[in-house]
Amino acid sequence: MSEQTFLDSLARRGAKCERQGPEPTWIAARRQAGAARFEALGFPTRRDEAWKYTDVRAIANGEFALAEDPDFSQTVAATLTLPIDAYRLTFVDGVYAPALSQLEGLPQGVQLVPLSQALTENHEAVGGPLGRLTGVEFSPFSALNTAFMEEGAVLRLAPGSVVDKPLVVQFLSRHGKSPVMSHPRLLVEAGARSEATLIEHHVGEEGATNFTNLVAELILERGAILDHYKLQEAPLGDLHVASIHAEQARDSRYTSFNLNLGGGLVRNDLISDLNGQGAVANFYGLFYGQGRQHIDNHTVASHNAPLTFSNENYKGILDDRARGVFNGRVVVKRDSQKIEGFQSNANLLLSDRAEIDAKPELEIYADDVKCSHGTTTGQLDEEAIYALRARGIDLQTARGLLTLAFAGEVLEEVKLDAIAERVELAVAGKLPERFNLAGLVEAAAAIDEQ
Amino acid sequence: MATEEMEQLVRRDYKEGFVTDIESDTLPPGLDENTIAFISNKKGEPEWMLEWRLDAYRQWLKMTPPSWAHLDYPPIDYQAISYFSAPKRPEDRPQSLDEVDPKLLETYEKLGIPLHERAALAGVAVDAVFDSVSVTTTFKEKLAEAGVIFCSISEAIRDYPELIKQYLGTVVPVADNYFAALNSAVFTDGSFVFVPEGVTCPMELSTYFRINAANTGQFERTLIICESRAQVSYLEGCTAPQRDENQLHAAVVELVALDDAYIKYSTVQNWYPGDEDGKGGIYNFVTKRGDCRGARSRISWTQVETGSAITWKYPSCVLRGKDSIGEFYSVAVTNGRQQADTGTKMIHIGEGTRSYIVSKGISAGRSNQSYRGLVKIGPRAKGARNFTQCDSLLIGDQCGAHTFPYQEIGNSTATIEHEATTSKIGEDQLFYCQSRGITEEDAVSMIVNGFCKDVFQELPMEFAVEAEALLSVTLEGAVG
Repeated sequence: MSEQTFLDSLARRGAKCERQGPEPTWIAARRQAGAARFEALGFPTRRDEAWKYTDVRAIANGEFALAEDPDFSQTVAATLTLPIDAYRLTFVDGVYAPALSQLEGLPQGVQLVPLSQALTENHEAVGGPLGRLTGVEFSPFSALNTAFMEEGAVLRLAPGSVVDKPLVVQFLSRHGKSPVMSHPRLLVEAGARSEATLIEHHVGEEGATNFTNLVAELILERGAILDHYKLQEAPLGDLHVASIHAEQARDSRYTSFNLNLGGGLVRNDLISDLNGQGAVANFYGLFYGQGRQHIDNHTVASHNAPLTFSNENYKGILDDRARGVFNGRVVVKRDSQKIEGFQSNANLLLSDRAEIDAKPELEIYADDVKCSHGTTTGQLDEEAIYALRARGIDLQTARGLLTLAFAGEVLEEVKLDAIAERVELAVAGKLPERFNLAGLVEAAAAIDEQ
Repeated sequence: MATEEMEQLVRRDYKEGFVTDIESDTLPPGLDENTIAFISNKKGEPEWMLEWRLDAYRQWLKMTPPSWAHLDYPPIDYQAISYFSAPKRPEDRPQSLDEVDPKLLETYEKLGIPLHERAALAGVAVDAVFDSVSVTTTFKEKLAEAGVIFCSISEAIRDYPELIKQYLGTVVPVADNYFAALNSAVFTDGSFVFVPEGVTCPMELSTYFRINAANTGQFERTLIICESRAQVSYLEGCTAPQRDENQLHAAVVELVALDDAYIKYSTVQNWYPGDEDGKGGIYNFVTKRGDCRGARSRISWTQVETGSAITWKYPSCVLRGKDSIGEFYSVAVTNGRQQADTGTKMIHIGEGTRSYIVSKGISAGRSNQSYRGLVKIGPRAKGARNFTQCDSLLIGDQCGAHTFPYQEIGNSTATIEHEATTSKIGEDQLFYCQSRGITEEDAVSMIVNGFCKDVFQELPMEFAVEAEALLSVTLEGAVG
């Protein structure tokens, strides 16, 4: 009984918390509902349609403790942290690390606090939105998260507020004696006409084998604009499951950049509910798998109101024995007329043992719609390689350049140059045939600047 | 018939092995091992065939109906279905059309298929199946001259047991899925085609299936084998008279293509779709699969699906042979409250295999339609190639069109492309036609036919004409 391990851990956690004093009743009730739901469902198996291509036994059979402290070397943290000017909230194995956070100078009307603090200050204000979009029903993992929830980030943007710098929520994974798990929450309440860039950054020490089970809920009020980066650079032994659910009111714009380089087993469920006219959702994704990485991206753009727009472009590059999964879904509800939904997925297989399972779905119940999806999978174009080689570029370099060009289509959408370049370098550096692509990238950047 | 009598009958027949002189009747509803023994006896099958059926039945008992399809229907009571019905007087099996019951011929006439005329004019051999039993087979001699075997599956079991033993159930194993297992247990008739090495079948083979007696599910079993360098084009067409109760249809079609063989399988399906409220109508759960066993073999599925209340159908190709080719061309039209979950599976196993999928779905009224397809590239399928296009057209704002393409790609040298669009008939297109004096209904019909052209041109001539007419009839009243 692998589920039992988690339930036991939950019981131990409960006993410990009880000694610290009672929780607000709503939290206790939800915890209980989460535990009951998880117990009833158990971990998903490959017989479940939504998990057909992803085996979570590595998680189910694992034993994960809960981290006690956020101790982390400042110097190591400095090398892992994104080198950009930003407000920063850091968690180490799910535990809030004030020493590694930088929240000074947040503009008026912008609140970025750890969940524990938000609960202490006014738990009722958290209780309303928390769990509204991703309840315990969503998946066994969301149930498990709800049962364990303790820490995370709460971002509140007052109507009309514009954040001058990106807001980084950083999750550091430690290489400890034994693996740990964390169940962070991310709650964003973007008020009307507010604008912000949120960067969710997962990174850690090499050799770490921790399990992160994240639930993110993003509420965009009328006219709110949110750019949400998820930069996944976790160590290759890390296990990561995340549910990201956005709710969009009229004229809001949500843009997700899901850039996946790290993690041994990664599963993302990205959902956007387009509930008001004029709402726009953009999903951009790039996943690069190597070794035995398994990267699974499930997305849903749900058009619940007329005149809503979604646009999705996911690219996958898979090498060695890596396996990628793309399952994109565009749903158009009855009477959601005059909508546009576009979805594109392209995959590049660099090795004979790499595998991709793609499933782009359309589910449409209205007739005045423009929806399309396209997906392609292939290898590098022999003729393009030939064209480069004819110009004196060796095979390795040619392959590298073409791979980078393949990723380029998504990366050029990335508005933060620091992140785009970081991913480019990572893709270039990870290419099997080492070459000074970094130099080329820099040269190209220099040309861009001129 | 009392159970006791029945059991006696079954036991007696079973002992004797072959039975040809049983009074024709329809089995009372219900399914157990006795039912299967009864069917097997009725068909005069050898013992190994009965064992085969019973094996399927025992496996079926352990299975559960699939629930993953985007379909909504009440659970089927398999005990409420009668599993065998034969026309009157099967002992006087008609030897030619003249001997056929005039009432039968009248039904054909009503359906607009003058059998003899069609056979004579179009040069098509017809193995007409009326309620589970082959009634007449024409042009047999001409085929025999070429060495082609075209007969009912029951005859084949009797006359060519070695071929049946060698091929039956090798493409669709008995326990492949719930409906295939049920079919394997209780199938009553169907067609058998064997085209020997190097022979190109001199004519297009055609079987018209009809469902007639109330309350009877039809369980056809079709097996087509093309030896090396052989070719055949097979036409399957279906219509059914109006019925009030849901009828279950669970057919299995198996195709085997050896080296350089080519099988073209075309279907026009127009069973009763139910009335406006979705009452009645056929439940169509079909397993169709072709096995490209030989190098450079090719299997092509073309289907026009306009009927049935529920369609669950995925004609597939297993591309085993080197450089083999699988094709799937489909037009599915749903209106009223019809539901269709259909598509194809292309399993690329061999090197250099190619597949091509064109699916056109048209939803109107309050119907729901899904394309569900799988393209799987195995690790040894070097240089495999697939192109998929599935387009949906929505007519009216109460219908649904869905696309669920699965791609499982395990080879870096494979090239896979998938494109899908969903749209409605353009106002400007309608206006253009109407301003030239074409009625709205005709304009819609023209536009829809244009939308389906890629598939229609794959159909044999007679079918193409029929398909266009069918489309217009199905979409009647969908606009305006």
